[in-house]
Amino acid sequence: MSVDTDNGLETDRPKMTVSSTEVAVEIVGMNKWYGDFHVLRDIDLKVMSGERIVIAGPSGSGKSTLIRCINRLEEHQDGQIVVDGIELTSDLKRIDEVRREVGMVFQHFNLFPHLTILQNLTLAPIWVRGTPKAEAEAEAMKYLERVKIPEQANKFPGQLSGGQQQRVAIARSLCMNPKIMLFDEPTSALDPEMIKEVLDVMVGLAEEGMTMLCVTHEMGFARQVANRVIFMDQGQIIEQNEPEEFFSNPQHERTKLFLSQILH
Amino acid sequence: MSSSQSGYVRSTMAEALPPPRSTTGVGAWMRANLFSTPVNSVLTIAGAALVIWLAVPLWNFLVADAVWSDPEGIRGEACRFDGVGACWIFIQARIKFFIYGFYPNAELWRVNLMFAIGVVLLIPLLTPKAPFVRTAAVLFFIVYPFVAYFLMAGGDLLGLGVVELRRVPTAEWGGLTLTLIISLIGIIVSMPVGILLALGRRSELPIVKTFCIAFIELWRAVPLITVLFMASVMFPLFTPQGADPDVLLRAIIGICLFESAYMAEVVRGGLQAMPRGQYEASQALGLSKVKTLGLVILPQALKHVIPGIVNTFIALFKDTSLVSIIGIFDLLNTVRAAGSDMAWRSPTHAVTGYIFAGFVFWIFCFAMSRYSIFMENRLHTGHKR
Ligand SMILES: Nc1ncnc2c1ncn2[C@@H]1O[C@H](COP(=O)(O)OP(=O)(O)O)[C@@H](O)[C@H]1O
Ligand SMILES: [Mg+2]
Repeated sequence: MSVDTDNGLETDRPKMTVSSTEVAVEIVGMNKWYGDFHVLRDIDLKVMSGERIVIAGPSGSGKSTLIRCINRLEEHQDGQIVVDGIELTSDLKRIDEVRREVGMVFQHFNLFPHLTILQNLTLAPIWVRGTPKAEAEAEAMKYLERVKIPEQANKFPGQLSGGQQQRVAIARSLCMNPKIMLFDEPTSALDPEMIKEVLDVMVGLAEEGMTMLCVTHEMGFARQVANRVIFMDQGQIIEQNEPEEFFSNPQHERTKLFLSQILH
Repeated sequence: MSSSQSGYVRSTMAEALPPPRSTTGVGAWMRANLFSTPVNSVLTIAGAALVIWLAVPLWNFLVADAVWSDPEGIRGEACRFDGVGACWIFIQARIKFFIYGFYPNAELWRVNLMFAIGVVLLIPLLTPKAPFVRTAAVLFFIVYPFVAYFLMAGGDLLGLGVVELRRVPTAEWGGLTLTLIISLIGIIVSMPVGILLALGRRSELPIVKTFCIAFIELWRAVPLITVLFMASVMFPLFTPQGADPDVLLRAIIGICLFESAYMAEVVRGGLQAMPRGQYEASQALGLSKVKTLGLVILPQALKHVIPGIVNTFIALFKDTSLVSIIGIFDLLNTVRAAGSDMAWRSPTHAVTGYIFAGFVFWIFCFAMSRYSIFMENRLHTGHKR
């Protein structure tokens, strides 16, 4: 089911190399139910290290649920999920290991409103990795500079714009040096003029070779950085392809319908 | 072209006009705020009448007709005349009893020392950004209880025979001292126990959850008076002879458990207001459940319910006066007991005592309320999105 990741696309974007041997995430025959509701059906997905995957699909198709299974915010009932060589089971130690390697950015940012920006960034390094405070703060400032808001370090999240908050949220994840980043509609809650500043940060990440799984409807972003677009509907992966093919030549009726709606 | 004077140009400054009458001055303020409409005028006049109607007799009772000194040392007799106001000499004469109860006179320095240490430790704990907060917290919550107990109860320190204070049984403790001791223990114990119960009530473990729900519902459904009666009368029936814990200790335990149940529900309210995203973001960062609760959830949840928490503290502080029913001499009970002293037969000394007790309670409760507002403002971190 997995596509050939060493496709011709990589030659156009030399900076974004995809490993041909190292598997970041492998999902095999995975099923999930909410009570009686079969939310994910027979999901098979193999993500190589360095891949940038965009997941699209209508609302309620299970995109969020799928990526939340990858860091075990949701539990799957059937099949296998292996992240960075660690299989996710109910074993808490493994869950912790996986979460240390996987960063996640949410639609509504979910910053900690009672902590300053700097404290938001250093919380996990200090309490999960045991990094000394001064070192964690120096590191955090580096990431704040990278998302271009070092001057906001001592403010509280409630004092920042949505775009700034989302960039802080990305920096917060990066402070844990994740190998894989999950994005769940990171720009959907933003005003149009703020979307670009967040997408720019994400493009930068992609260029540095981060393995990324993004649920997003920003098709421009998909074209620019994704090496694979996955289309989901009703809990299934309907089709997946490299962006050019996906947009110009969708195979399934449902994909065509979805694309016609989203690209007007 | 020029030296001709134009008749339209003023050669001197015009006099400044007076400010419009309606915007400045006491009269204008009153017109705007007190007499803006006929209805408001009527309300203002009625309100003023009410204040005068209340204030005059109150002033007469508390100040003008009050007895302020007793040079002849005749005590109650000084307050025994027609139209007497507050009998302040009663408070003056018995203030020691109201503060220390039956605590032996020669040992009062121990109580004072205990208070002094407590205040010194509490100042950094209650002041934002004070230095030595951690040290003060350890000293206050771990060391101080033992020091305070040793100072109050006396005995042989650590059984070494080096430092020995005269033993003072708890039956001799009393007054405001005891009210503060009971309240402080109640507050310090009910907070963490309440948090644990609230967390337990939301636990995924059925046994923990059932236990917490049962505990909370049981204690909340019983009046505090019943709890205190149980503690003083029923409890000894169930314990073996000889192993009879102190009645004060039993009352304090009863109050702590009772207030913990209330606190648990207040904290639960705060926990329920926490959006799921906060748990998820914290867990996605790899923080364990305990760290998520301690670093992300509880600080926010508790901040949300500061008014409810302080409300519970204030209620607890006032509820401690119920211990007088089982014969413990808290502030209210010392006032009551002193009031029935035959040497003080007068029309107003008892009322004066209750006014005094009420005022002391009010001071403490008002201070807690103001402090909570101060903390709320300080912890406010910008509007939410
Ligand atoms: N906790 C839950 N309990 C029950 N149903 C849920 C829960 N979370 C999501 N669902 C349902 O699962 C389906 C997929 O949800 P989601 O993964 O959020 O979709 P998407 O992100 O593609 O919009 C939706 O129909 C949603 O109503
Ligand atoms: Mg979603």
